[in-house]
Amino acid sequence: MKRQLIEITVGLFVIAGLMALLFLSFRVSNLNSDSVSDPYQVNARFDNIGSLKVRAPVTMAGVRIGRVSEIRLDPASYQAQVIMDISSDFNKLPIDSSASINTQGLLGEQFVSLEPGGQLKYLKEGDRIRLTQSAVVLENLIGQLLFQGKTENP
Amino acid sequence: MIEAVRRTGVFSLSILAASGRAGILLMQMLGSIPVSLRRYELLVEQLFRVGVLTLPIIIVAALFVGMVLALQGYHTLVDFGAESSLGLLVALSLTRELGPVLAGLLFAGRAGAALTAEIGLMKATEQLAGMEMMAVDPVRRVLLPRFLSGVISVPILAALFSAVGILGGYLLAVNVLGIDQAVYWSVMQEGVDFQQDVLNGLFKSLVFGALISLLAVFLGYDARPTPAGVSSATTLTVVLSSLLVLAMDFSLTSIMF
Repeated sequence: MKRQLIEITVGLFVIAGLMALLFLSFRVSNLNSDSVSDPYQVNARFDNIGSLKVRAPVTMAGVRIGRVSEIRLDPASYQAQVIMDISSDFNKLPIDSSASINTQGLLGEQFVSLEPGGQLKYLKEGDRIRLTQSAVVLENLIGQLLFQGKTENP
Repeated sequence: MIEAVRRTGVFSLSILAASGRAGILLMQMLGSIPVSLRRYELLVEQLFRVGVLTLPIIIVAALFVGMVLALQGYHTLVDFGAESSLGLLVALSLTRELGPVLAGLLFAGRAGAALTAEIGLMKATEQLAGMEMMAVDPVRRVLLPRFLSGVISVPILAALFSAVGILGGYLLAVNVLGIDQAVYWSVMQEGVDFQQDVLNGLFKSLVFGALISLLAVFLGYDARPTPAGVSSATTLTVVLSSLLVLAMDFSLTSIMF
């Protein structure tokens, strides 16, 4: 009887551990929501990506449609090449769509925002988004503002 | 002067010899895992004594740690207007560092010391020698189940520590600090990576579990068979395993993240 009781509590202990792991994987971390289902890859080149990071969201009209999977420097053009995984649920993005790097809030995380174009041909695996707009670097903006202020009132 | 140098030498050599003996014991234990798994009820009994009985202290400690993290984090974050990131702060601190480390420290104090005292006393009362006389290998019969149960228990305890701590932080953040509950979870899911944060944290706790259990079992087995010897071995287990857990944590963190 006592033997069984011990075995039951040990079983419960192990099950509690597994439950905690499940909780950590699905509720705390992004194991379910993060992986883009059946993605296709498109890339874009930016002059400056600011502090964009791998795994940053890719959105269209504010809706998350994929994530950044790789960032590297193109050695020929000295531009940043950003490779994005986009969910195949959204496989009808016009080929002349444009990409820009925006910031969530004033100082928040940066993400890629896509604006749909007007063509009837669609982006597919390996395509490149040609129209891009770089990240706004806050320091440059402040610098410009200070510089303007100085020239206008001596 | 020469005497002091000689003492340092003796001390270093004794540490080296002890780590050698610990290594041999570890190899002996690992080698006899297949044989001793046939008597799994020994392991189950130790899992109960080492793992299940440590559960209450882990849960209570985790609840308070989670709540303190939420409270302190809130007062810092609110200065930057970033109090909505509180969930992320609590979850990352717990899964990466506090869960494995505090579970390890509590385990060393609650279970490691008990293991050393038990094995040391068995040695002092010549029970281990008696087993050898009956051709029962004390490494297989006594040491291995205790070591394995520690290795298995610590990751489970660490996972529970993180989970309960996050829930404790949730209780305080939502009910007392007035943070929206959906925001608490969504910020967390955005920022916590399963492999990078959760699995690395659990790997850490596995290393800590092996370290503490080996130390506890070895120091008990290696204790001088006197009351003073057992008591100093017990103290040494708690002190050494706490220090090694913290040092190990630093090196693992600098490699992983």
